[in-house]
Amino acid sequence: MREFTYLRANSVADVPAGATIIAGGTNLLDLMKLEVMAPDALVDITRLDLNRIEPHEGGLRIGALVRNSDLAADPVVRRDYPVLSRALLAGASGQLRNMATTGGNLMQRTRCPYFYDRRMACNKRDPGTGCAAQGGVTRHHAILGASDRCIATYPGDMAVALLALDAVVQIDGPAPREVPLADFHLLPGETPHVETVLKPGEVITGVTLPAPVGGEQRYRKVRDRASYAFALVSIAAVIRMEQGQISHAALAFGGVAAKPWRDGDAEAVLLGREPSDALFAQAADILLKPARAFGDHAFKIPLLRRTLMATLRDATGLEATA
Amino acid sequence: MTLTRHLRVDGPNHDDRLDLMAQGVLGQPLNRLEGPLKVTGRATYAAEARPRNMAYGVLVQATVPAGKVLEIGDAPGALAVIQDKRMVRYAAQGMDEKGPTSGPDRIEYMGQSIALVVAESFEAARHAAQNIAVRYKSEDVPVLPDAVAPELPPKKQSAVGDVDKAMRDAAVTLDQVWHTPSQMSAAMEPHAAIAEWDGDQVTIRAALQMLSSNRKQMADALGIKEKNLRLLAPYVGGGFGSKLGINAEAVAAAIAAKQLGRPVMVAMTRQQVFDLAHRRSETRQRIRLALDGDGRLTGIGHDVLVSNLPSSEFTEPVAQATPFTYQAAQRQVVHAVARIHRGCAGSVRAPGEAVGVTVFECAMDELAEAAGIDPVELRLRNIPDVEPTTERPFSSHMLAEALQEGARLFGWSGRKSVGQRVEGEWMIGMGMAAAVRVNMLIESRARVTLLQDGHAIVETDMTDIGTGTYTILGQLAAEMLGLPAERVEVRLGDTDFPPASGSGGSFGAASSGNSVYLACEEIRSQIATVMGCNEADLTLQDGVARAGNVSRPLSELITGQVTADGHLQPGKTEKSHRQATWGSHWAEVAVNRWTGEVRVRRMMGVFACGRVLNEKTARSQCLGGMSFGIGIALTEAMEHDPRDGHAVSRDLAEYHVPTHADVPALEVHFLPERDAYVGPLQAKGLGELGICGAGAAVLNAIHNACGVRVRDLPATPDKIIAGLGG
Repeated sequence: MREFTYLRANSVADVPAGATIIAGGTNLLDLMKLEVMAPDALVDITRLDLNRIEPHEGGLRIGALVRNSDLAADPVVRRDYPVLSRALLAGASGQLRNMATTGGNLMQRTRCPYFYDRRMACNKRDPGTGCAAQGGVTRHHAILGASDRCIATYPGDMAVALLALDAVVQIDGPAPREVPLADFHLLPGETPHVETVLKPGEVITGVTLPAPVGGEQRYRKVRDRASYAFALVSIAAVIRMEQGQISHAALAFGGVAAKPWRDGDAEAVLLGREPSDALFAQAADILLKPARAFGDHAFKIPLLRRTLMATLRDATGLEATA
Repeated sequence: MTLTRHLRVDGPNHDDRLDLMAQGVLGQPLNRLEGPLKVTGRATYAAEARPRNMAYGVLVQATVPAGKVLEIGDAPGALAVIQDKRMVRYAAQGMDEKGPTSGPDRIEYMGQSIALVVAESFEAARHAAQNIAVRYKSEDVPVLPDAVAPELPPKKQSAVGDVDKAMRDAAVTLDQVWHTPSQMSAAMEPHAAIAEWDGDQVTIRAALQMLSSNRKQMADALGIKEKNLRLLAPYVGGGFGSKLGINAEAVAAAIAAKQLGRPVMVAMTRQQVFDLAHRRSETRQRIRLALDGDGRLTGIGHDVLVSNLPSSEFTEPVAQATPFTYQAAQRQVVHAVARIHRGCAGSVRAPGEAVGVTVFECAMDELAEAAGIDPVELRLRNIPDVEPTTERPFSSHMLAEALQEGARLFGWSGRKSVGQRVEGEWMIGMGMAAAVRVNMLIESRARVTLLQDGHAIVETDMTDIGTGTYTILGQLAAEMLGLPAERVEVRLGDTDFPPASGSGGSFGAASSGNSVYLACEEIRSQIATVMGCNEADLTLQDGVARAGNVSRPLSELITGQVTADGHLQPGKTEKSHRQATWGSHWAEVAVNRWTGEVRVRRMMGVFACGRVLNEKTARSQCLGGMSFGIGIALTEAMEHDPRDGHAVSRDLAEYHVPTHADVPALEVHFLPERDAYVGPLQAKGLGELGICGAGAAVLNAIHNACGVRVRDLPATPDKIIAGLGG
């Protein structure tokens, strides 16, 4: 670990533009020990008044410092946004969830092993050095939205559920703004080291959720062991049925891209239709049309298809025909 | 003068002495003596001592897979950058008497230790070690097992008759290939050492499993006399084989402490453990089985490919149990070794059987299916009367009982045919496997002192790596000397005490236990002399000695204290009898028909290991073994980069040992047994039996659930859905 300056912020205005923000530190401290991240200054924002969950325009506002464990256990979240609670509880471990915060969780870095290993070339860690993952062990890598510069995935669960719930990220800074979560994370393109739209000096203060849409909510995470493992693929699904037809379909996918993935076309094809395996296969076809994989993670394409089909059957109550 | 009672195990021991003792504490499920210390943080592990003025060292690691170090740069802010030709490239193998290969400027694998940076803080040392400039002359080397022509060490091949012919003549055959990946010990406590010199005497606190051989290795590595070296390892946070031999951190700590004239700690980071601790070699195993029309095996072929560095002698003994588990007239073991440049391979929990029996028992399941014979019945029909080939008798043999009792307890008769049991998305299946592990005794010494006040002290350099050694040695002494268990203090993990077997190969409890037994037997003889009776006629219970109608408290019989040493040596029974432990594994799993996820719903093991010394610690050993069996079957894989061989999964988030959610409530049953050929304790090794074959029960259950055979372990969801289709 490199020496760094530690600052404590008492207000958002205290956060200097060049400082790296620390809240729960569950990912940042690991990265600093390995010197994958080596900030000169850390600013601790845990004293800020950002740890409330409160009503907001018919929906909910979640402070950036609300801990994952508190958010998962919140009675309103469990009642109105169960997919969020389930996603949180599918992530990390009890100890980590006790520390990890809502804002920090949005900012977590990829788990690509080549990103964590400074012996290896990584465009995300050291822009322009190359991507050692390609040609290496790629079990956890992206099938959607990757570039030849980077095939890493965003590893989180919470954000996948938030995306399916149409969450909006509240950002404070020189010019306070709100960014839909769908636009918050960036695909790698030519600049895989730029992962979000957050600018220096900006601070995530909270996340808002629109009024609850009800319906059946599922978070389905497939991984290499039953707990404490990152998703091979995950799906957050919010499905509402009216008179036997699908009237609301929000589907977000984790473990498959550098950001939580959503495909409006795959959702649109479901709307106004009666659930059937053929319909679900059609949605899967649309979702996976742009999917690309080589080597170890090619299995994610059939796995995502199967998991989507199973999730939709489950959420719509369709009995399996296969 | 301290008398020593020696015993070489040259013959059987049928007198069941321990069953005749009166205290009634041996075998009881006592809690671990050191448990409260561990859960309250008072047990000091290797890296937790803080001698005054201690400096911190961090190993510098090679960033190329092979070649030579030409130059190592400066480390600003560090106290020293130490390159010493005595520093070692990898760990010693268990029971080596010499230090491991030294000369760190020669690089054999990516991540090898090449130097040590010492600083005033761990953080500063780590920063310097991670950023130091190193110039290499690097070399291209093979890192894939298939990339080289393998060696066939002559002593490791065996053949009787003609397996090819048996295959041609058989009614039913099986010929398949399995792959298992590299696996890592993944002990909770990372490897660490603190070295402190006093003149030419050095004391090293270390995370080690076998102090007496570790002392030899360390003295050899450092070029000092053994008598000038003291090793301390009173508490060890898990070993699983990775602490059998000394490793780079302990050697470097001693060298640095001498050079700097102050204590030095070297602790590995978690990532370094994955680079520097021994891995279990990946294996490729081809199994050929030939069966006649009566369900009897006529041919067994087990062709194995493992790997290791060119300079290491160890090769994973995959087929170790194959020659004696099942009968067949024609048999062949081929043991091939690929010399490649991945991290050094060595002993990891049950080397050999953990992966060898697991794969073999999968093959037996496939054969049973092909032959239309129940898998339990197929095994029962093929249990040999004596060890095949050598025709040695077995010291004891409980496989048939373990199979029959297991089938009854698990409800095996309720098993459905493949794919017939479905609950919603989940397909349910049952599987079983035999468990077998070779048994070993290792020379061991212990000292026991009985004090006039009715307390006893046991001293030996034996270790307790979380297995319960403190507790069982205390129970043994309490039983033999007729004392309540809490009256016995057990002191371990210090080379100032008599040298013991150490913890490894499941031999620790029986080997060190026999030495404690012998020391106590000597003390009993001395008490008997005072009592005027034969030792055999002496009863000791609750601090009182009885013989005939004479009854006297120990305090009257002892002046001051009585001390005796026990010395156990393996003897002729090692050769005269095939010694092994036996058992059976049973699993019920659910396989998700869409996602391929596997959940173990029920798992049971039935084991026979001779005398059980403590029901609770014995059971815990089996729980651990079975859990790691789930790991072998479902989760554990240490991936290597295909270009440079480096370990890609280097922490406990990425290397998947089973979590609680992966392990259901496990059921363990012990079959009563006394093995007469393994010393007066009549106890055999247990630590590793629980893993041997456990994974096969899970894999066989997967097949019963959904019809998929996964032969490339572990059975992760991608491999299941590839087999499910649709």
